[in-house]
Amino acid sequence: MLGEGILRGLAETARNFFGSYVSKQRYTTVEYPEVRIAPIEAARVFPFLVYDEGMKDGGRPEWEAGLRCTSCQICEKECPPKCIFIEKSKEKKPDAFGKQQFYPVRFDIDISVCMSCQICVEVCPFDSIKMDTQFELATDDRFGDLLVHVDKLAKSNSYYNSIHPSEASAIDHHREETKAMLAVKAKAAAEAAAAKAATAAAKPPAAGEGA
Amino acid sequence: MSVIFWLISAITLGGALFAVLLKNTVHCALALTVAFAGLAFLFLGLDAQFAGFAQIMVYIGAVAILVVFAILLTRGSETPKGSVYSRYAFSGLVAAAGVFAVLGWAVLQSARVLPNEAQTPIATAQQIGVALVGRYVLPLEIVALLLTVATIGAVIVALHEKEGK
Amino acid sequence: MFQTFDQIFILLRDWVLGFLPVGLRPGAGVVLGVVAIVCVFPALFALTVLLERKGLGRMQNRPGPNRVGPFGLLQPIADAIKSLTKEDIVPTTANGFIHFLAPLVLVVAVFMGFAVLPMGRNMVLVDMDCALLFYFAMGASSELAVFMAGWSSRNKYSLLGAMRAVAQMISYEVILLLSGLAVVMITGSLSLTRIVEAQNQYTGIFPHWNIFTPWGLAGFLMYAIAATAETNRSPFDLPEGESELVAGYHTEYSGFKFALFFLGEYLAMFSISGLGSTLFLGGWSAPFSFLQWVPSWIWFFSKLMLSIFVFIWMRGTLPRLRQDQLMNFAWKFVLPFTLYNLMVTALWRFLGEGWQRWVVCTVLVVAGYVLLGRVSMRREHFGPRSYRYAE
Repeated sequence: MLGEGILRGLAETARNFFGSYVSKQRYTTVEYPEVRIAPIEAARVFPFLVYDEGMKDGGRPEWEAGLRCTSCQICEKECPPKCIFIEKSKEKKPDAFGKQQFYPVRFDIDISVCMSCQICVEVCPFDSIKMDTQFELATDDRFGDLLVHVDKLAKSNSYYNSIHPSEASAIDHHREETKAMLAVKAKAAAEAAAAKAATAAAKPPAAGEGA
Repeated sequence: MSVIFWLISAITLGGALFAVLLKNTVHCALALTVAFAGLAFLFLGLDAQFAGFAQIMVYIGAVAILVVFAILLTRGSETPKGSVYSRYAFSGLVAAAGVFAVLGWAVLQSARVLPNEAQTPIATAQQIGVALVGRYVLPLEIVALLLTVATIGAVIVALHEKEGK
Repeated sequence: MFQTFDQIFILLRDWVLGFLPVGLRPGAGVVLGVVAIVCVFPALFALTVLLERKGLGRMQNRPGPNRVGPFGLLQPIADAIKSLTKEDIVPTTANGFIHFLAPLVLVVAVFMGFAVLPMGRNMVLVDMDCALLFYFAMGASSELAVFMAGWSSRNKYSLLGAMRAVAQMISYEVILLLSGLAVVMITGSLSLTRIVEAQNQYTGIFPHWNIFTPWGLAGFLMYAIAATAETNRSPFDLPEGESELVAGYHTEYSGFKFALFFLGEYLAMFSISGLGSTLFLGGWSAPFSFLQWVPSWIWFFSKLMLSIFVFIWMRGTLPRLRQDQLMNFAWKFVLPFTLYNLMVTALWRFLGEGWQRWVVCTVLVVAGYVLLGRVSMRREHFGPRSYRYAE
């Protein structure tokens, strides 16, 4: 009969209309900004720098002392729109594994240019630059506030764990293993050195007695 | 009452005049529409409600639109390059004045035969309807036949154009 | 007491007129009525614009505007301020005079239609014998305004939209007239007050509304279709379809003139719904005889708002009809069915009272609908597709 399809369509729309007051399924709007959905784990907006907590280094603040970035400048070279600006330091400081590394004196990212391609994250050998999920970054100063400096970029490892749990825990696990391996190596090296020192200490007195 | 009559007549005459004096043909069609509206108000002023509203519905709602469509579908909507008035404007004016004189004389002659204003009949829609299917049924049917023939003719003309392509 | 409430606007008007000298009273009465109409219906328009957006939103699983006031109730004010403060851009080569006049002619023609609608007991602005004819005459005038708007904009798309709109409006105007004609045949008068009074009778608790008769139901359906097409509402809104013609005949209008077109369209919707409820739904009469204590104007406006809700409902449900589908539908199905309905109405009248005419007319109407639907709205059935692949 002519008009049957129209009546079925009208019934569906009426179901939508009345259902939107009672059921969640028929009212799919999330009323931002009163309600915010948590972003998924693989969400990415702009990069940030990870720092390890608990590192002490004289008068430096915690983030500066634990910053994983060694200023190798690979991300600066690989960034397609060239929005990362790095200046290397003159002296070195110890990193989380005890090795002396350079650190960035200036690390700026221009987020008005950044296209969130994640290449800097992929090429970083030190797991120090990762993607953040914060997007409410609107400012009214078009150029100044959109150039983010290293003090704003540095965020703790626990923050990194909270936004990307599985990635961060894998990296932490890997770092623990590396630390354990380095500790074993250091112990072995210390034992070898102690053994060498003992043999060296045993030999000269014998040589001294012989003469 | 007569002030309104003079006002409506002025509008009607103005519309009719501008329908021939304006350069752009679509403007002329719209001025003609104003003349139709003026006529309708004159009918209403004479208490001929059916005639007045039918005038609006048919003339303004259909005939004016037909005129405008015809202008648009031909090239009448372009502004003419030369003058709008033909070379025979004066003789045309004389002929129009002659026709008007004859019609005016005929109307004034018949006005003496008709009864006075006080006794003019008020024809309601019902009386018109009864008259149409009673006394005047033959003209009604002939007009209906004419309309059918015109519609069929229009369809055939349009059909031929399609097949001609 | 209910009588007073029912006639409250009439009593109010008479009280105000009591302050004026006797000579001025008729004119002042008409002026008061005009002022009332000009205030009430644009206010209803503002409310409807909001309700439409919220209603459409809910049908599409989202809230409508809900930021501007509580539940978005102040949104119409925001829209009004926006449309009043926008720059009025007129194209340089456009025909300035006609471009200016078109929205005015539309709004005036549409407002005139309200003069004959009986909005309650004794609440007609002008009680004419040929009221229905007057209403259709004003409807015909609004088509001219649409054409003027499209042509004066000097824009191909506007002109296309205007031509389509006028073609559509003319086709469906015939259907509107013919479906209203069935009511006139049965009631025997063109006066809308007489039509409402004829429907204001009750057998038991049920009213004698025209929609409760077989020919009335068919007529109401056809009237509803024609009304949707006359006011260029979805699904017949090709002339102003945003995805087809930018905005059709009101592309080149901005600011307040656009708001006037919008106002004209919605007011036309109100007045055609008002006429529909007068002709078929009993105007200001109550649906059951025990509900007659509710004031008559409340019934009229409830029926009006119900019709508006159905318009919005149809807009949210149906996809747009193409121009040729629209015209096919009008001339091949709706018009023949309306003529057939006219004949069934005549049969109803001449079969006399009793249950026979109910049975006969119902069977005829349903059979006619189904058969005509199958015959004229036949769709091509495509066979299974055959594919040819490139070698």
